[in-house]
Amino acid sequence: MFAASSEAMSTADNVGLIINLVVYVGLPLLVLSIGWLIGRVQEQRHLSSLARREAELSGIEVCDLRSPPGFAGAQGRCELVCGEVVIASDVFKRWLFALKNIVGGESRTFKVLFDRARREALLKMKERALELGCNAVCNVRYDSSDIGGNAGGTQKKSSAMAVVLVSGTAWRREEA
Amino acid sequence: MRLTCQARCNIIRLRTRQTTTLKKGTTMQIVNTETIPGATVVEVKGLVQGNTVRAKNIGRDIAAGFKNMVGGELKGYTELLTESRREALSRMMAQAEALGANAVVNVRFSTSAITSGASEMMAYGTAVVVQ
Repeated sequence: MFAASSEAMSTADNVGLIINLVVYVGLPLLVLSIGWLIGRVQEQRHLSSLARREAELSGIEVCDLRSPPGFAGAQGRCELVCGEVVIASDVFKRWLFALKNIVGGESRTFKVLFDRARREALLKMKERALELGCNAVCNVRYDSSDIGGNAGGTQKKSSAMAVVLVSGTAWRREEA
Repeated sequence: MRLTCQARCNIIRLRTRQTTTLKKGTTMQIVNTETIPGATVVEVKGLVQGNTVRAKNIGRDIAAGFKNMVGGELKGYTELLTESRREALSRMMAQAEALGANAVVNVRFSTSAITSGASEMMAYGTAVVVQ
């Protein structure tokens, strides 16, 4: 009788161990790997889309001077144009960042994210300038906003988002 | 400048979006610079500002929760920022119009987070009369 009950207990222990392994190790690993995989695919796709659109819109010159040369002779109407974008980071990036926090130093994972967000916002601004019929943008200024995060302390999970706003004045340069 | 098919499609999409969301009577000129080329500032009316606080709705929140796991652009939040910006700018233009100006120069933006999920966007500039 004792042998039978000890066998039953060991199978129950095994099942408990397996369940613990799955829930506390397997599930987070699964979430991390899904985050890593899909995040990586999306990042590659976004970077190639950015490169393509930047090549298309390279004709629109952008500077942050208040009055670039030729601005006094601008044709047509000058107008304020803005671009904004919000890009979220995936769960794998945040986990890597938490690890990096232990040793300190530069975190390259978020640098790429912010780079992408700035390029995307600038492209959106250029597209709006193109739509207005302008071919240059001056006085470009960047802003950032904090709409994610734990501003009110009501969110349990932290969410690292890159929020970039960019604004400038679109004008039409006289074509010689 | 030659445009590819994709760029043309983007322009058409932007144009339709702009015409459906522009408020009536917004013909006032707003610029980021201190001067408007081809026009001189006759009178400075003063500082004008417009602000708005927008909160996200539940529909956008659920999608954002999933996107926070896999990453990528959160289009719901981007729309939120675009609407906030347009609303703040039109309130600023309304204030300028009330003062009797016909242009706003040196426009700047300022944003701040009120609570998680709500942000305030403010646009401010100098209302002037130009000729």
